[in-house]
Amino acid sequence: MIQVDGLTKKYGDKVAVDDLSFSVKPGIVTGFLGPNGAGKSTTMRVIVGLDAPTKGSALVNGKRYAQHTAPMCEVGALLEAKAVHAGRSARNHLKCLALTTGISTKRVDEVIEQVGLADVAGKRAGGFSLGMGQRLGIASALLGDPATVIMDEPVNGLDPEGILWVRGLLRNLASEGRTVFVSSHLMSEMALTADHLIVVGRGKLIADTSVADFITQASGGAVIVRSPDSDRLIEIVTHAESVTAVKQPDGRISFVGTSCELIGDLAAANGITLHELTAQQASLEQAFMDMTRDSVEYHASTGASQ
Amino acid sequence: MNSAPKVTQLRVLKSEWKKATTLRSTYVAVAVAFLTMAGIGIIISWSTADDYGQVRNGHRHRFDPLIDSLSGFLLAQLVIGVLGILLVGGEYSTGMIRASLSAVPKRLPMLWGKLVVFVTVALATMIPAVLIAFFVSQNVLSSKHIQTTWDAPYVSRVVLGCAVYLTILAAFSIGLATIMRNIAGSIAVLVGIIIVLPAIATGLPETWALRINKYLPSNAGQAIMNVGKDPLFLSPMRGLLLFAVYAVGIVGVGAVVLKRRDA
Repeated sequence: MIQVDGLTKKYGDKVAVDDLSFSVKPGIVTGFLGPNGAGKSTTMRVIVGLDAPTKGSALVNGKRYAQHTAPMCEVGALLEAKAVHAGRSARNHLKCLALTTGISTKRVDEVIEQVGLADVAGKRAGGFSLGMGQRLGIASALLGDPATVIMDEPVNGLDPEGILWVRGLLRNLASEGRTVFVSSHLMSEMALTADHLIVVGRGKLIADTSVADFITQASGGAVIVRSPDSDRLIEIVTHAESVTAVKQPDGRISFVGTSCELIGDLAAANGITLHELTAQQASLEQAFMDMTRDSVEYHASTGASQ
Repeated sequence: MNSAPKVTQLRVLKSEWKKATTLRSTYVAVAVAFLTMAGIGIIISWSTADDYGQVRNGHRHRFDPLIDSLSGFLLAQLVIGVLGILLVGGEYSTGMIRASLSAVPKRLPMLWGKLVVFVTVALATMIPAVLIAFFVSQNVLSSKHIQTTWDAPYVSRVVLGCAVYLTILAAFSIGLATIMRNIAGSIAVLVGIIIVLPAIATGLPETWALRINKYLPSNAGQAIMNVGKDPLFLSPMRGLLLFAVYAVGIVGVGAVVLKRRDA
């Protein structure tokens, strides 16, 4: 359980996080979504005590991270991919961390096995690829068998197999009843892994919603229909349901706020021929961009630079 | 024994020991510090003994069997300082510091752990190094009967004091790197304080030099290796104590900023 309450973090004059409040519940994967520079990493750094909040608080299981007697066993965090001394082997890196809290060497070997680094555990971490570094970071996060897991962009740099593995791992951790909080700037990635979404932009909360609601809202339930008998169809459908119908220049009809099933059933019941029946999903990425458009920190200009 | 997971100072100390002993740079730097501290004085003594028959008149009384046998400290101090900087700065340059501080979010136990580990390593290697430098050098010099002995005035204080000076410098470098967080910058400041500052100060007019030079950190610390009375230096014990105060001060500032700064 993570509780962020009125969190504000300034770096000099720059406000990275602006009066942000939300909570992250156990048993589900909560996605932390926002464009680059929205304050996701800063929020996560404050949660694990690397940065001090300017105002407000971030508590884990009711306490500040640093107040726990065995912090690594409360919260496991993967922040930047390579928080590892390049000259140390993966196993020794994990042992150094484990020793601080009295975590056994057996547990070190377990997490190495779990993230699939057993073959290279004795090699210097400096020679690791981005993906291997990411796996080592995940191993460090899991070391204390924590009830809360925080990961900042965990699929960054992973190959497709690695991405699948992380998705499975996150779902697994949540199904074990853990609190799982994962950031991403990719909506499509979150749609596949998360149950709940915290969306931020420019350090402010934009949405705190379930993924299912977000998707329903985003796709808007538009159905595209082509029929030789379009006027009668519009009449019947709008009569039966509170649906808006828009006749498009090419003769198709776009029904908003209904489903393919309903239109199909109505058409069949009334003996209307359909030539096309398509559910139109607004892309999630598009919906996310619409939502955060006003709060994107760095716009790329498409024209010539001034 | 309590095996419940919990961060304790002793466990953090073990972790810091593991950190230091799992890096190749530690072994290289400790070996180089040991070899320079022990070896350079021996080489100088051997060449002095070899040259002794042909010595021109002026040279003979400038030779000091005690101080010259320890002249390796001039290089060893830099190696020790750089190793201390690497132990701290290496965490910042690689990003390891974020993992370290996530494991020990109270932060100060990590600094104390590093300090104890490195001070112990410095003392445990530099004491044998100065003893080897001294005794082997005297053995070499004895072929020309120009050696001194352990029981002679000042000798034990100067020899062991040299190792203590290097050990305090070890603590100094840990504090410095904790403040600077940057390897190259820390080394520049260390060289500036230990070597450049005293060199610049020699250019001061005498009345000023008398007032200032002896209080410079390395001059104060090296007073422990003075024989006889030199008004340009503090007395051995007061000098060493002042150097220790500098080290405590810089570690203290390091502790404050480590605790307060965002990592």
